[in-house]
Amino acid sequence: MRYAETGYNLEIDLSRGSIERVETDPRLTELHLGGLGTSARILWDRVPPEVEPFSPDNLLIFSTGLLCGTPAPGANRTIVSSFSPQTLFMAYSMMGGFWAPELKQAGYDKVIIRGKSPRLVYLWINNDKVEIRDASHLKGKGAIETARLIREELKDPKIQVLAIGLAGENRVHFASIEHMRSSASRLGLGAIMGDKGVKAIAVRGTKDLNIARPAGFIELCNGILKYIEWRREHPIKGVPPILAYIGSPQEMAIHDEEWHTTGFSWGHARHRRKDFWTEEIAKRWKEIQDSAVERLISCYNCPMKCGGIIRHPELERYMMKCYSKLTYVMAAMADDLAFGFRIAGLAQEYGVDGFTTPQVMAFAIELYEAGILTDRDMPGFPSSNEERFFWLLDKIVRREGIGDILADGVYWAARKIGKGAEAFDHNTTRKHEQMVIKLGMLNPIYYLMYATGEKSNITQIEGQIPQAPLPKEVREEFVADWPHLPRWYEKEFKEFILKWEPRGEYALPFYPPPDLICKLVEWQETMHYIDDSTGICAGLSSFPIKPPYHINNLPQIISAAAGLDLDDAELWKIARRNRNMVRANNIIRGLRRKDERPPDDHWKKRFPDYESKLQDEYYQFRGWNKEGIPTKETLNELGLDFVGEEFERRGIL
Amino acid sequence: MNEGEFCKMKKKIKVIKIDAEKCNGCRACEVICSAFHAKPKYSSSNTARSRIRIHFDPLRNVYIPVFSSFYTPAECASRNKYIINGTEYDECVFCGASCPSRDLFKEPDSGLPLKCDSCEDDPPLEKPMCVQWCLADALTYEEREEEAEEEVKLDELETGLESLIDQFGWQKVIDTVARLTQKD
Repeated sequence: MRYAETGYNLEIDLSRGSIERVETDPRLTELHLGGLGTSARILWDRVPPEVEPFSPDNLLIFSTGLLCGTPAPGANRTIVSSFSPQTLFMAYSMMGGFWAPELKQAGYDKVIIRGKSPRLVYLWINNDKVEIRDASHLKGKGAIETARLIREELKDPKIQVLAIGLAGENRVHFASIEHMRSSASRLGLGAIMGDKGVKAIAVRGTKDLNIARPAGFIELCNGILKYIEWRREHPIKGVPPILAYIGSPQEMAIHDEEWHTTGFSWGHARHRRKDFWTEEIAKRWKEIQDSAVERLISCYNCPMKCGGIIRHPELERYMMKCYSKLTYVMAAMADDLAFGFRIAGLAQEYGVDGFTTPQVMAFAIELYEAGILTDRDMPGFPSSNEERFFWLLDKIVRREGIGDILADGVYWAARKIGKGAEAFDHNTTRKHEQMVIKLGMLNPIYYLMYATGEKSNITQIEGQIPQAPLPKEVREEFVADWPHLPRWYEKEFKEFILKWEPRGEYALPFYPPPDLICKLVEWQETMHYIDDSTGICAGLSSFPIKPPYHINNLPQIISAAAGLDLDDAELWKIARRNRNMVRANNIIRGLRRKDERPPDDHWKKRFPDYESKLQDEYYQFRGWNKEGIPTKETLNELGLDFVGEEFERRGIL
Repeated sequence: MNEGEFCKMKKKIKVIKIDAEKCNGCRACEVICSAFHAKPKYSSSNTARSRIRIHFDPLRNVYIPVFSSFYTPAECASRNKYIINGTEYDECVFCGASCPSRDLFKEPDSGLPLKCDSCEDDPPLEKPMCVQWCLADALTYEEREEEAEEEVKLDELETGLESLIDQFGWQKVIDTVARLTQKD
């Protein structure tokens, strides 16, 4: 019997119209757990680097994590992976909600899609009955609207649907896949889904999911819930409210936006507005948010209420979470939070990434103001930024006029537009739009994470440690109760927190020393790689400071659910294997050291020699060569000999 | 069957209070209910087997946790609608019956009815598991003593058999049991 997982994948070839239920190899679970780990392995095995993202031979994989659908609180993430039309590297994006647990109950761990459908279709997975159904009546419909229409058509309100909007159908490079209030939005996976001609996947499942060691497992789950309750009453002292609690950033509940609005950049990631947050703004924004957020809601089996139901007079009810509340407002330099609620709802129906989209539009406005784009390129371009954003969004999702060029993202659009537009491409790494934050002094920890993060998205790699030195008076208390640390780094990490100062000898960028920086980066990203394979939400695990799940309880939880026998060192090694597996997919597609650099003006004070040294140290620490390629020894140690052999065959190693 | 036998006795009334306003739609109650009632206990989870279900449609502002209460062979004719604070609900949403009109509160494979037993256990739990796992406090638990006329309750097997008899008739059920006995 298989535990925690179903042991079956659903393989769908849209070119042939074939559907197969395929038993998976349990050894792959032992090596990679599931989710991103096993998906990265499948992509390596079956999609050679010559395959273009928009080729029928590219795969699009919708995966559950190993723990999804079990009673482990917050194990509900759907992990979507493929190759990105924007970065041309491996694309993966995760979302919460209810889809993955439903797929597990239908009897599958993954849906693997190959080929292209000649007409728009949707998939209907109802336990053992799987159909490819006509979706011509859903063409052009909004992503959330599509989910509603499918539920009505199939006459079951319990069906879980993920869908693309107009942007995905039109292969916008930053199109998202939407489900409820969650979305897999980074790196253009919605465009791949649209390219394959799949409008939506509807799932309903009523089968059992087995637990290997039931009594022990439930006791551990009860412990997680107890800790969540305790943590609610015990926010971290000495950090901004947004970092003090667990969960995805509590944007729907928190009114105080001083941290985001004065610390992060406005416009196309260039402008700081350090004095923006006034009493008057605080009051007005609170009123707007209170009238817009109808209720706080959760994902499957999770007590955190990170999502909000938004009710706006001009829109149907929709769901929102996290920072998209502010991304459009700040990129448009609009002072009106209501504008954010208005445009984010529309953008969700179109199905676009709430991080990249506002930046692409702000980039277009910059080009227009610099005279690089003119009224000839943009006939009827409105005069106010808010109206311009609606205008641009409409053009982009339809790929009309200038929208067709902008729909490829800042990097590609800048090169197509030319006339100096390349200079305005200042906030991308690996062709992907980065967090809109520009800071003063280099942060060496973040430097490495921006440079080497395989997903090119900082929020999917950071976590666990405070983002700035803690105030002196709370440090002792902080380290005294910190059971989250990997035992082999415990002493060093505690010492770091105690010593770390905003200024002087123990301040960034020359403290902590490079070896400790490498370890801190390793810890942060390792926890994300574990989550991405188990399907546990980062908001309960890898993202916040002092989360319920950590390296000292995850081995027991995973083992009890799946019938494995992991300890902390073995789990750490699996995460390392998965991290190298994802990297292998990128290395074979040409990723090298030159690609691994944060945006030039991310920090004002840069230290090129020191940064280069850090990169060397980190590569070495990770078992990679000077170009960032995993060495044969590293690959062999992880049981990835076949990767090394392929690298050698292709002259990469 | 001794249906309709009554006796007067002091009885502990177990009440689960449902504050639908506080429901966050996470379905933890469904998850843990199905796991608790799995055999062996917690050996599997499957929300389709849960004895509590949330009618959850956030885009219409519907969040109604409902416990399975009784089995009935009768189809329900009600198509009434309630409007509460501007939200429209089917009457059916509030009903805990395992009935022929819908697939709710039935074992997914056999179709046998499911019924909430407040997590009867030995030793008894302090609170039913759904309440323990509802950190949103939409479900809270109260016990009070009351003088009550207690009906002799049908146990799970009896309820299941009754539904099979309704579906297939006495004779077929007896024949099948006889045949299965011979197989053993």
